[in-house]
Formats: sequence, structure tokens, C-alpha cells
Amino acid sequence: MNHEISAVIAIWKREIIRFFRAKSRVIGTLGFPFFFLAVLGTGLNSVMDIPGTNYLDFMTPGILAMVLMFGSVFSGVIVIMDRQFGFLKETLVAPVNRASIVIGKSLGGATTAMFQGVLMLAVASLLGANISLESMPVLLVLMMLVSSAFVSLGTAIASLMEDMHGFQLVMNFLVMPMFFLSGALFPLEHAPEILRLVSYADPLTYAVEAFRFTISGSSQLPIAASLGVICAFLGASTFAAAYTFSRIEE
Amino acid sequence: MKIIETSELVKDYNGLKAVDHVSVDVSGGEIFGLLGPNGAGKTTLLSMLVTMRRPTSGSASVNGFDISSEPGKVRKSIGVVFQDPSLDEELTAYENLELHAAMYGEKEDLNKRIGEVVSLVGLEDRLHGIVKTFSGGMRRRLEIARGLLHRPAVLFLDEPTLGLDPQTRAAIWEYIRKLKKEYGMTIVMTTHYMEEADHICDRVAIIDHGKIIALDTPVKLKDSLGGDTITVETPKAKQLAAELEKEGVAECSRHDGKVTFCVKAGEKRIPEVVGLAKDKHIGVISVVLHKPTLDDVFLHYTGKTIREENGTARDSIRMRRRAMHR
Repeated sequence: MNHEISAVIAIWKREIIRFFRAKSRVIGTLGFPFFFLAVLGTGLNSVMDIPGTNYLDFMTPGILAMVLMFGSVFSGVIVIMDRQFGFLKETLVAPVNRASIVIGKSLGGATTAMFQGVLMLAVASLLGANISLESMPVLLVLMMLVSSAFVSLGTAIASLMEDMHGFQLVMNFLVMPMFFLSGALFPLEHAPEILRLVSYADPLTYAVEAFRFTISGSSQLPIAASLGVICAFLGASTFAAAYTFSRIEE
Repeated sequence: MKIIETSELVKDYNGLKAVDHVSVDVSGGEIFGLLGPNGAGKTTLLSMLVTMRRPTSGSASVNGFDISSEPGKVRKSIGVVFQDPSLDEELTAYENLELHAAMYGEKEDLNKRIGEVVSLVGLEDRLHGIVKTFSGGMRRRLEIARGLLHRPAVLFLDEPTLGLDPQTRAAIWEYIRKLKKEYGMTIVMTTHYMEEADHICDRVAIIDHGKIIALDTPVKLKDSLGGDTITVETPKAKQLAAELEKEGVAECSRHDGKVTFCVKAGEKRIPEVVGLAKDKHIGVISVVLHKPTLDDVFLHYTGKTIREENGTARDSIRMRRRAMHR
């Protein structure tokens, strides 16, 4: 058992080292959300009429969720790169439970995603978004849960894929729709019925809602419901990742 | 002591038997080679022994543990160096080793042991270099070091010198011999280089189409072909053949003014042959001695050489693989 924990820590550490060693990746991950916040957040501020708040404040939790999801899914998808560059084999013949590897990856990916999330929040507050420091502890815990869940989702998908070709497919048909349907950019309450129904099937919606509640104190969905869905999603995706990853033969 | 035993091991890919009822034993402390062309099933056999793939039928044990029911214990007992690189290129050599140690539950004297294995393969001064900057030979050496870090009972090497230059290859052979000599380690390696099998393996199993077709020491395998051949080029081939026949040297074949004899210890017979020709006033233009190689052994058992197999077999296994994954 002890040795499984040291394996989890070692895999976690690997993710962190790899993330910070690729300096361009650290900078690159911030470019996209900055663009969203700076251009959409300020540009649409005057046209978007959201009761009780301004558009920048409205979209900040949404962009936070986006940063976490993109970063996390990408960390999970690295399983394919590990397969292509051969490192996967090293982990597959190690005398360690595959679940430990998945957990280590999730924690590592979640840590780096949270780092990106915190940086993004700092950028948002520089641009004028209201983020209280008191909300941070709870927010960090939520970020951890959400990130871990999406790393596992990425790992599960990557375990089923053979090479990088499928990656674009995942981005276009899963990650992007999840982002646009999550209510990160517009209030779901004014959205057409059909769109709203689809959004409720999107786990990211609940992440956005939970972040929104934590940062601004109000959200459309009750926080308990959001939290419940996030935890259920975390459980399901972790299980899916452990299951698919343990079935990889080569 | 038998450290690896397999019994009727089969791996079937949709009707294609990559490994076909293989029963083989490996003794503790020997360097055991699996020689065959690409696509012969060497790597598939190896990947079952290292618990990467599950056998379709049959059984095998490594270090006394069953590969199907006790894969965890098998994994602790073995070190594996794969055919394709399996290092994390973004990490340093040290970080790769440290990660390996953690996954194998090795914590004691870690730095001392890392120092030991890297000095064995001569990588001390690159310990903190990022693997991305390493040459192919350095990576292979680092992988060997990593495979040894947890002190396995058996080290598996899959094509350890594939794609390396002759100098690096010789260095790798040196490390492999050192492991056997200094640590008494059992080493199982696959190769399609016959000179590699010949040079460093104690015993060689020749494998083709998933079956072991011959298994012995390299010397005995080559001797089983009936010794060396001497080919003499002479204008009077028929006469020379007749004269040598009287001396009890059998003619193997004759064409285009060349006559070939099958002999044991050929290098010692050349002066004899040349002397006899001189005595009988038969002019000799050239003499060629050929000692059998493992390639000849392969040719003998399969009717083809390993070399001519390589191109086509590699392509077809790739195509099979692609078809499988679809």
C-alpha cells in the first residue's frame, strides 16, 4: 500500500515537472482565456445586459471553468503521447496498480490546471472582475474536484484512442460543445428550451454554476445540486479512467 | 535451476498465431537469445513473459510466478528494455530513474543505487541531462540502467541494439556480458542480428512463424550443419575433386570451375588441400573458407535467410497490426 502511495506521488510529480519545463505551454495556456476575457469581457460589456452584474463578472467563472477543463482534458490526453513516445509501456509493466497511475495523473493534471486557473483569476481581477479573497479556499477545493474529473475524462478517452489523430475530434466534438453549452458565456435562463435541456446534460454547466455561486454568491442552480453533480461526475470519470486504462494491453 | 518455463504458449491474433505452442525453459544465469526475422513472434513472446499481453492459451512462469495469475510478482522480478524507447524525454535521466524506483517501491539507498547503475552504463556525467538531448545509444544505455535499478532476477531486452551504430552496439554487448559475469543475472534478449546472438548468447532459440525451430548453443547449432566449407577455384575442378575423394574429403558441389568441400575445422584443412593440389600439379586460383553462421542455420531449417525475410515480414506484420486495430 505504501508503495502504491509513493507511485501516486511520483506520477503526480512527473506531471508537475513536465508542465513547468515546457515554458511555452505555461504561457500558451493563458493566451486563450486572456483573449476571451479582454476582448469579449470588455467588448461585450456594454451590449450584454445581465441583471445584477456586468458581463466581465458574469463570464469570469465560465472562463475559469474553461481553463480548468481545457488544461485537464489535455493532461489526460497526454496518455496518447505517452503511448506514442513509448513511456506508457514503462508504466504498464511496473508492479503498481493501474488505478494508482490514474490517480497520480489526475492529481498531477488537476494541480497544473489549478495553477492555470489561479493565474487566470489573477488576470481577470486585473481586468476589473470582482473576486473576493474570502471565496478562494472554497473555490480551490471546487477547482480541484472539477479538474480531477476532467483529467480522468481525458485519460479515459485517450485510453481508447490509438494515436493523436483522434485528438482533434475530441476537441471539436466534445470539449468545445461542452464549453459553449455550459452557460459560461451567456445566461441559460434566457436560452431556448432545447438548448437549456442539453446544457443540463453537460457536466461543465454545474462547474460553471458552482464557481459562479462561490465567486458572486448567486447562481441559477442550487449549489447543492451543482456540487452533487460534480461529485458524481468525478466518481464516474475516475472509474471510467481506471477501467479503460487498466485494459490497455500495449 | 529453471528461471523461466513456458508450456504450450499461444498468442492468437484473429486466427494468426503470432506465438504458436512455444514450450521453452531458461536457466538461471544464462544469456538466452530469441533469434528470428521481424514478425517471427519474438516480441509477442517477450511481451507475454513481461505480462504486457495475455496469452491466448498455455502457461508460463517467470522466477517461479505464473504470468497470468501473479503478474504483480512477475513484474517485481523482471527488468524490461523495450524495442522502442520508453523513457520520458522531458525528464532528466535522474528523474526517470527516480520515477522508476518509486513505481517499483524502491526507496533504500536510492542515490547510491542510481549511481551504481549509471556508472555501469557509463552515464554518470549525464545524470542530470534532459533525455531529449540524449543520443540513441545513450537512451538505450539509460534504459538498461533503469531496468537494473530494482535488481531484477531476469532482464528482458527486446532488440537491444536495433538502430545503433556498430561502436555503440559493441558497448551494449559489453554491458550485457558484464551483467552476467558480475551479477549472475539471467538475460533474455530478442534479436534479428545473427552475429549478436552468436556473440553474446549462451543459448539461442531460432524462431520463425511463431514456432521455435531450433534451440541450442550457437556453436552446436552451427556444428549441426556439418562443419565448414572450402571452395577451391581451379581449372581442373573435376580432377581435384577426384584426388580429394581418395583422401576421404567429400565433395559437396561443383560448378563453373569451383569445387566445394564440406569439412570440420576448415582453416586447418586449407594447407592440406593446397598441398595436395600442388603435388598433383593442379593449379589453384583461389580458396575460400566459409564457416557457418546462424543465418546458415536459419536457412537450413526454413529454406530462407533471415535477411531476405526482413523487409517483407516487417511490412506484413505492420499491415496485420493496422488491420487489427481497426
